[in-house]
Amino acid sequence: MKNIKSVKTIKLLALLLVTSIAFVSCSSDDDDHDDHDHEEELITTVTYELINGTDIVTLVYQDLDGEGGADGNTTVSGPLTANTVYSATIELLNETENPAEDITEEVEAEGDEHEFFYTSSISDVTITKLDEDSDGNPVGIVTTFVTGDAGSGSLTIELIHEPTKPNDGTSASAGGSTDVDVTFPIEVQ
Amino acid sequence: MKQFIIGMALTLTCFSYSQTCTFTFLGELSDFHDGTLISSATIHIKEIDKYVVSDFDGKFKIENLCSGTITLTISHVGCETKTVSYQLDNDMFKKIYLEHHLEELNEVTVSTNLKTESTSIEQSINKSVIENYSDKSLGDALNSLSGVSSLNTGNTIVKPMIHGLHSSRLLIINNNVRMYDQEWGDEHAPNIDINSSGKVVVVKGANTLRYGSDAIGGLILVQPQRYAAVDSLFGSSMLSLNSNGFGGNINSEIIKTYKSGFYGRLQASYKKFGDFKAPDYYLTNSGLKNLNASARIGYRSFEKGFDAYYSVVDNEIGILQSSHIGNVGDLVAAINRTEPRVIDDFSYNIDYPKQNILHHLAKIEAYKRFKNLGKLTVQYDLQINRRKEFDLRRGDLSDTPVIDLRLFTNALQSNLHMDFIEGLKLDIGALVRFQQNDAVSGTGVSPLIPDFKKFEASIYTIGNYNLNASSKINAGVRYDYSRIEADKRYNLTDWNETYNYDELFPEFETNTIENTSILTNPEFTYHNISANLGYSKQFESDLSVFANYGLATRVPNPSELFSDGLHHSAARIETGLLTLYKERAHKFAASIERNNEDFGFSISPYFKYIKDYMQLIPVGITTTIRGAFPVWEYNQINAQILGVDIDVTKKITNRLNYVGNLSLLRGQNLSDDIPLIHMPATNLTNSISYYNDELNQLTMRLIHKTVLQQKRYPDYNFYTYEPILQEDVYVDISSTTPAYSLFSFNSSMSFKAFKTGSLKLEFNVENIFNTNYRNNLNRLRYYADELGRNFNIKIKINY
Repeated sequence: MKNIKSVKTIKLLALLLVTSIAFVSCSSDDDDHDDHDHEEELITTVTYELINGTDIVTLVYQDLDGEGGADGNTTVSGPLTANTVYSATIELLNETENPAEDITEEVEAEGDEHEFFYTSSISDVTITKLDEDSDGNPVGIVTTFVTGDAGSGSLTIELIHEPTKPNDGTSASAGGSTDVDVTFPIEVQ
Repeated sequence: MKQFIIGMALTLTCFSYSQTCTFTFLGELSDFHDGTLISSATIHIKEIDKYVVSDFDGKFKIENLCSGTITLTISHVGCETKTVSYQLDNDMFKKIYLEHHLEELNEVTVSTNLKTESTSIEQSINKSVIENYSDKSLGDALNSLSGVSSLNTGNTIVKPMIHGLHSSRLLIINNNVRMYDQEWGDEHAPNIDINSSGKVVVVKGANTLRYGSDAIGGLILVQPQRYAAVDSLFGSSMLSLNSNGFGGNINSEIIKTYKSGFYGRLQASYKKFGDFKAPDYYLTNSGLKNLNASARIGYRSFEKGFDAYYSVVDNEIGILQSSHIGNVGDLVAAINRTEPRVIDDFSYNIDYPKQNILHHLAKIEAYKRFKNLGKLTVQYDLQINRRKEFDLRRGDLSDTPVIDLRLFTNALQSNLHMDFIEGLKLDIGALVRFQQNDAVSGTGVSPLIPDFKKFEASIYTIGNYNLNASSKINAGVRYDYSRIEADKRYNLTDWNETYNYDELFPEFETNTIENTSILTNPEFTYHNISANLGYSKQFESDLSVFANYGLATRVPNPSELFSDGLHHSAARIETGLLTLYKERAHKFAASIERNNEDFGFSISPYFKYIKDYMQLIPVGITTTIRGAFPVWEYNQINAQILGVDIDVTKKITNRLNYVGNLSLLRGQNLSDDIPLIHMPATNLTNSISYYNDELNQLTMRLIHKTVLQQKRYPDYNFYTYEPILQEDVYVDISSTTPAYSLFSFNSSMSFKAFKTGSLKLEFNVENIFNTNYRNNLNRLRYYADELGRNFNIKIKINY
């Protein structure tokens, strides 16, 4: 009787050991120590381009190494002309990929979950969103940018993920979480 | 019964062959441990129903025995009664060993008052309390003890905290296996199904060396239930339903035990909740789904035994949708808003953000007792933890986790418990552990924690010595070796300039540089010494005094060394530092306890001095393409925590009982002379219960809990420039939440439902007055109120 018991015990132990080995081997099947992840969602570059015939103004924010590391740079190609109607488009890129990945397309495809907000400290400036999502609410990839009298100030561009739509046009009323928040110094002359 | 039949059969056999009844049996009784001869033990000879008593030399003699089986039942004061049988066909001499240590016996009896070590300062919750929390978490259950609080993320992710310390400073030992489930994270709750445990012990004092060197906060022991060695099959099922979250839990267990010492247990539980509700609104996306199962088989006898255990915990936990925010502007908006940003109707859907965690734990333990030496235990265990955290993401990545980590841990350990010297018990143990973390690729973000391998080896020795009948002393020392080898990519600018690692750690660099990142191989080796000293004295008037000193050392965890990146829901960039070194704590704790039915109490003051305490604090603001973020960095300071836990029980009448506790704590950052961050506020609990055994064991209990406002907190508030408003806005991340009081009610009744079973009904109400409140130790306190009123019904069937 005692022998049978110990045989049982040994068998059980063996079974457990086998199971545990099976576990260990299972756990290493999708080992991936050689490759690593690129920041796929990263937005490195925001380009806002305003066009009126040959009068082209480009606002660029670029942070090629993403969060952390070196700080980003803001470049504004030149002053805007007073009392002018510009056609404007925004482009978001991930330039750590080669070729650069166009994040704007993703935003466009999920227009109902995203919205751009443009806020200028110059009171004469009016920005109107021209494009709409599937529900008929604005997205803000394509805009018209109308300048008034001369002045200088700033332009803040925000991209909100999961905003409340429709909203009153301000990012504060839209809630959501911020994917892009950049500010450019602008001058109207 | 069986015994009787066998006995009868044997007796009959004996009679039928009773021609030669001239044999003599000579026996010698001695103690199993130290070989001491045992005199005046009673020996009952079953076959002839005769008694003899052992003499001064432990010897006894039975004459005129017939051939056949002889069954002896030996009993002695302070010994386990032992039954042995021998086949007799000649004169015979046998040495028989008895188990002479009562304390050892207590190990197998289920007792709620028994301490894990006699000098230890600890508190425990037993099975019936655990059952009250069957649809909650380990952290919630422990919260009912004085000195224990919790760090929460919402209401379903609850991390236990002892004396203000949590995560890597707390050891959680589940079935004698140290839990490794990415426990460094503030929002990573222990992956333990509370329903699978029989008892949970919180060790606040210093007796933790057997399990690790780094229990600066303390130790939580989740222990299985022990079963008596009888032939039995029993089980229970419990259903719990709640009005808040429209969900509940179902738990079933079945246990088979054999007289031979074999036992087996199967247990499974399933829990599901939809969106919980604060008094005024639903907490959108706060539901959870949870499936657990555990199996145990084993064999236990005095001399040897084994125990094999496997458990799986599968958690899917929704995280309040409103807590997903972008930059610091969103955080300011959230703080200023009185209600969460997203309030939808009730739903069972668990959307993003959420956590999916799968945790496997398996172990096998075997022991054998050796004469004149002690008990040797060997254990092998392994754990696999897979953690996926999902966030709100764009495009193809929306169903891809942002964090995907797999942690594999296995360990082999042995312990030799020596008890052959009178009054002294000595434990010597050794452990080797290997751990591998795999940051599973495909997440599309650089991993928060890199791939790493960790090797550990430890040895310890602990002695318990009885100074005299009423006082005991305990001392131990432990050495730990650990080595961590990681593969991590750093941003080149951070590596070379921000942190100057290129000069500090040139040996970690590899030549692999891609775009803006550099691959490095950080490697660290640590040697730790930890120790403890304990003393206990028992006075005649149910009064005991305990005093503990402990030296604990903790090495930086992977997140403190390596974490690097944006932490959603906190709107902060968290940065680990390679320059961190180990922290060392001196812990003093004392306790005066009166164990009396009419009036009992325990008063336990403690003091901890922690040198090079690692803490995560805000250090500045960084501007990214997403806007401004505060940067939180680890730094090291000297800290001091002192406090007192007071527990009182008072019998008012035969049926009325009062239980109260109070926890006071004060944490100080000595280096900067400011309060320590994230310390629990003063809190107190009162409860009055009524119990009537004659009325179907009717129990009614009214519980009151007050948590005061934490007035002592470090001010890490800051200003940030808000480009749209074109002004600086104040970011109040430090101010603490106001005091609150909550009332709850429990009641239960038991019925004898059928022949061998019983039915227990419970009705409970939590937050009776539907009070609006926020908990300062909830990481989501900026976003929403805590839960409102909840009605709960539990039905338990024992069979």
